[in-house]
Amino acid sequence: MIRTVAVALLAGAVAGCGSSEGGIAQVNLYNAPQQNIQAIADRCNRLAGGRYRIVVNVLPRDADGQREQLVRRLAAGDPGLDVLGLDVTWTAELAEAGWIREWTGSYAERARAGTLAMPLDTAIWRGKLYAAPYNTNVQLLWYRSDLVAAAPVTWQGIMDAARRLAAEGKPAYGEVPGAQYEGLAVWFNSVVASAGGSILTPDGDAVALGPPALRALGVMREYARSKAADPSLSNTHEDEARLAVEGGRAAFEVNWPYVYASMKANRPDILPYFKWAAYPGIDGPGRSPLGGANFAISRYSGHPREAFEAALCLRDAESQRIAAIKDGLPPTIEAVYDEPEMARVYPMRQAILDALKTAAPRPKTPVYQNVSTVISAVLSPPAGIDPPVTLAELRRQVGDALQSKGVLP
Amino acid sequence: MIGEGGRGERRLALWLCAPATIVMIAVTGWPILYSFLLSLRRADLRFPEDQEWIGLANYATVLGNAYWWTAFGVTLLITVVSVVIELVLGMLVAVAMYRTVVGRGLVRTVVLIPYGIVTVAAAYGWKYAWTPGTGWLANLLPEGTAPLTQQGPSIAIIILAEVWKTTPFMALLLMTGLALVPEELLRAASMDGANRWQRFTKIVLPLMKPAILVALLFRTLDAFRIFDNIYVLTNGAQNTSSVSIIAYHNLIGGLNLGIGSTMSVLILISVAIIAFVFIRVFGAAAPGSEPR
Repeated sequence: MIRTVAVALLAGAVAGCGSSEGGIAQVNLYNAPQQNIQAIADRCNRLAGGRYRIVVNVLPRDADGQREQLVRRLAAGDPGLDVLGLDVTWTAELAEAGWIREWTGSYAERARAGTLAMPLDTAIWRGKLYAAPYNTNVQLLWYRSDLVAAAPVTWQGIMDAARRLAAEGKPAYGEVPGAQYEGLAVWFNSVVASAGGSILTPDGDAVALGPPALRALGVMREYARSKAADPSLSNTHEDEARLAVEGGRAAFEVNWPYVYASMKANRPDILPYFKWAAYPGIDGPGRSPLGGANFAISRYSGHPREAFEAALCLRDAESQRIAAIKDGLPPTIEAVYDEPEMARVYPMRQAILDALKTAAPRPKTPVYQNVSTVISAVLSPPAGIDPPVTLAELRRQVGDALQSKGVLP
Repeated sequence: MIGEGGRGERRLALWLCAPATIVMIAVTGWPILYSFLLSLRRADLRFPEDQEWIGLANYATVLGNAYWWTAFGVTLLITVVSVVIELVLGMLVAVAMYRTVVGRGLVRTVVLIPYGIVTVAAAYGWKYAWTPGTGWLANLLPEGTAPLTQQGPSIAIIILAEVWKTTPFMALLLMTGLALVPEELLRAASMDGANRWQRFTKIVLPLMKPAILVALLFRTLDAFRIFDNIYVLTNGAQNTSSVSIIAYHNLIGGLNLGIGSTMSVLILISVAIIAFVFIRVFGAAAPGSEPR
């Protein structure tokens, strides 16, 4: 009796994990929460005409939680994963570990066709393509045109404008992600890139952090001690920055384009004066932080051909249009920006496209997690930066991380 | 002298123990040995090509790292503070449970409820309670306070959750100790003029010492390995990682099996030291040993 039950349970379990139902390959998509991903998957399933059926599995909301679930399953060789929605910073790590497949032949051609260069580059590790870009993102400078006539171009420009505004008793702060989290490392990366440097060498094998990094640290220190710095700068994440501007405390913020839709919903009275400009730099316009997500195929997928096809459908122009209009995710296929509805949802789309030409990608390395953690820990609080000392500490700790000697807190 | 029959019995005994011993070695001995071996290697899943034996280098890395020592300090703080509070509260609850005449079953059941709730579920309860806007406890604080975003308040909340959860367990162990105190002895002492406090400190406590030490040993070892409450409440943000959390972050989050295993081995050594101190220095009876 017990044996019969056990066999029945086992059979049920095997059928549950089974890759095909009546000959239709089941492609498991693991993706960050996105409201309309099911609609996008449904459309692909209709187009597939019975070749595959995408099943949407939702990962946790926070990036660390998403990455943790994916790597834990991949390390165990879980065959239940096919298409993986990856943050742009994870490509190197998963490729180096041998957990995601290289895109070759016609799949690679289709993934590259019409795709913007910068987002495409985030899917490449050591010259090979490991994912198909799905959406992208860049930070811009947002400002109140009723407070300043023209947008500042440099960090110094924001500090000068803030000094004037503060003297007039007007909202003066320029919000930056200064809390001890990845956002701080992203800010540093962009300032270093704007100064003409980088954190790692292009191959990701060694620490760069030369004179431009020293200059960047000087700018960040000065900024954190200027009139532009919100008193709670060292505790500001993207969302606190958004709220400070919406609340009328701040005149500027560097942030992702979602702040525009949020301003429209929360403060329609400020919206007419809420303008955008290029990300600030040091000697001229700066290089924006680059975000976004890509689709990769698991090494352990039982039916890679169907998985590649499904991934290509999930990120084709129509899927990206739906994601852009309904979920606010900027497309990686350039042509989608010309869609008529885009003008309504993305009035800043030209600024996004311009920023995408010069954006500063984050360091490409399998130990990105350690590098970013170390940077945010060493630079926090930004007002306490002592450029030469901080730089030496950064070089030492980032170097350790590259040798697997990095310790995560 | 062991006779022919005695030797046969001995052999039989060994044979009977063998299956259990083999299973124990397989499920505990081998993983411990394996993590020790990993701790001597550069074993980073992100660099599968660069695996090599590196001796004690991982230990130098971990023991020379500020994050590790912060986590170690936080763990010790949480362990000491929560175990002390639990001991005092647990003793009060134990006496209450032991002395209750009416509704004894009801009192004991109610006291044990927190211990019966899954730690993770209870931790989520605490987390939402302390989240500004939605939490009933956070709403008692001044506007705009978010206790789980600062180190001190976070650790206090972790200790609170830990104490709330495990005081019943402490009380249960202590109550078995109370049952060891003969009623006649207390009556005799009271005849000799000892007051309540004297009876408690001079008779009850010394007789309960073995039970108290076992309760403390169990709880200290448990508290030192604290994981679930912190994982849910802060996940180690603002320097609130315990040693188990930091080992998890490096092992699972960082995919660095070498560093993570080194931390696991260091935790095992710490736990062994705690157990050694309790058994040798304080003379706690090891579970299963003969009472002295």
